[in-house]
Amino acid sequence: MREITLSKAVNEAISEEMRRDPTVLVLGEDVAEAGTPFKVLSGLVEEFGRERVMDTPISEPGFVGIAVGAALTGLRPIVDLMFGDFIFLVMDQLCNQAAKTHYMSGGKLNVPLVVRTNLGATRRSAAQHSQSLHALIAHIPGIKVALPSSAYEAKGLMKTAIRDNNPVVIFEDKLMYQEKAQVPEEEYLIPFGTAGVLREGSDVTLIATSSMVQVASKAADILAAERISAEVIDPRTIVPLDEESLLKSVQKTSRVVIIDEGHKSLGVTAEIGSRINEKAFYHLDAPVQRMGALDVPVPFSPVLEDLTVPTPDKVAARARALVRGEL
Amino acid sequence: MKAAMSETPRKNTEAYLHMYQQMVRIRAFEDNANQLYLSAKMPGLTHMYSGQEAVAVGICEALERTDKITSTHRGHGHCIAKGAQFREMFCELLGRAEGYCRGKGGSMHIADQDNGNLGANAIVGGSAGIATGAALSAKRLGRKDVAVCFFGDGALGQGLLYEVMNMAALWKLPVIYVCENNLYGQYTKVEEMAAGQITARAAAFGIETFEADGQDVLAVFRLAQTLVSRARKGDGPFFVVLNTYRYMGHHVGDTNREYYRSKEEETYWKTKRDPIANFGQWLQKEGLASAEDLAAIDAEIRADAEKAVNYALAAPFPDAGEVGRHVFTDLLATA
Repeated sequence: MREITLSKAVNEAISEEMRRDPTVLVLGEDVAEAGTPFKVLSGLVEEFGRERVMDTPISEPGFVGIAVGAALTGLRPIVDLMFGDFIFLVMDQLCNQAAKTHYMSGGKLNVPLVVRTNLGATRRSAAQHSQSLHALIAHIPGIKVALPSSAYEAKGLMKTAIRDNNPVVIFEDKLMYQEKAQVPEEEYLIPFGTAGVLREGSDVTLIATSSMVQVASKAADILAAERISAEVIDPRTIVPLDEESLLKSVQKTSRVVIIDEGHKSLGVTAEIGSRINEKAFYHLDAPVQRMGALDVPVPFSPVLEDLTVPTPDKVAARARALVRGEL
Repeated sequence: MKAAMSETPRKNTEAYLHMYQQMVRIRAFEDNANQLYLSAKMPGLTHMYSGQEAVAVGICEALERTDKITSTHRGHGHCIAKGAQFREMFCELLGRAEGYCRGKGGSMHIADQDNGNLGANAIVGGSAGIATGAALSAKRLGRKDVAVCFFGDGALGQGLLYEVMNMAALWKLPVIYVCENNLYGQYTKVEEMAAGQITARAAAFGIETFEADGQDVLAVFRLAQTLVSRARKGDGPFFVVLNTYRYMGHHVGDTNREYYRSKEEETYWKTKRDPIANFGQWLQKEGLASAEDLAAIDAEIRADAEKAVNYALAAPFPDAGEVGRHVFTDLLATA
């Protein structure tokens, strides 16, 4: 099968959907000729024109608000939010407006809006361009949250997001844009709320999201060399969450480490861990383990920044200790 | 005001009477809503539109049903002016299943999409983006719709408004920003909160601006007619300031107002500048209606409102199963 970059996969997903549905349009900062700073959208404006690939001023609340209104009245906008950190700027439009409109209107109004943005540290971008803020959005009822972990997921989830009639925020891992993965030529969609099992195992489950899926897979390689069999499972969307698949895996292995690049406290790992405790407690042989970003603003110095996120070695060490009954 | 009215030829009697009826409908609705609050029959509280009727009616009478509006926390007037019915509105205010939003929105979130009302909004200035986006849809989809964004003087402090006006001007969108200057943002005078000239703010984006007497329904209507037809032809966006007055407090519970405005001021507006009384006098002077005709209109509308209130008070609340519905279009929220 061919291999393409995550960047190309997102580009293909959006192009295909724009060809299929004339109401789909893209708006954001430098999305047209510039194709975004990460060049993810290169070529779109040439094919679809500036009417459907719209450069906006640097006014995040404004263009997200306009996208909400457009979504309410017949368009299917994809908003490009250059960095996930900018989500703080658009919280009212996203969480008070987009998320609640369907509910507040008693189901009469729909907001088919996609916000594509990113997450992830270790790009030496410091505290305001390195955060992983997906848990913040996932906390608000009414928005779906997708976390692609490779080019394959990025394409399939994006196509599903564009066809969804609800607001969806997709966080891409900005370190992964140039990474290749196998992506079929033929069309496919990945339904929301379906976890992917990347690797089957029997001793311990590693539940990992987005950027941490590769970290978990590498940890599983390290563990395999020590004859510890780790299962790696990727929820792919945290809203909705495929609780059933996660519980099934934990029931099989009886041990679990949950890894997510958001801050460890009050976030995704806490939520998934709690659900496992609530619903699979008697299947567990050891306490649920959680790993996330340190609860500090992301520091600039590479020496410090690298300390803030889980690594394959750290994940392997935690899983090893868990399997050996040391935790 | 007198000048604008006296220029009107004696025609379209039906249209004029409809404007009068719509203003009376708003006043009657608000009087009943206030009573429901005072008699503790309404959950929560609400914000009265009384005194500002000529703004909503003057604008909405110039719109087609398919044109879009966005409204505010003080939104009952816009909702009625755009065609909503008493019964579904009172049901919504009382949290009943037959409300416009199945009782899940309430006074501050009534939406009536069949009549182009994209919803009231409880975040001050929060719908500026939505109205502008509706105008973007109209332009992209080749529809002739115009979008009207109603907001109060309080929203002049919100950055969102300026962000979206900038884009509306850059993209020449068919949107009309209607600033209802009722002189107070909550409990504070507008001049303490808004520096400079209000219209200058929109003019800075190259948007054509207008100002009119918001107590004169004909003046508002004529301006709206011109701007709506120009916006349909692609001349938008426009920015309008309509000077008006809020008869009641910020909300129904704001009854002791003397620390921020005088009783004399309120009395002046209510007795000299009332949009309904003044328009009624004009209708009589022009021979379009008699005092008896107007009294009959008032009585009929008041009876309708009372009937709707009684209906809503007896209407069922939503089923418990409704709480998890409509979070998403396709997923049910579970405990």
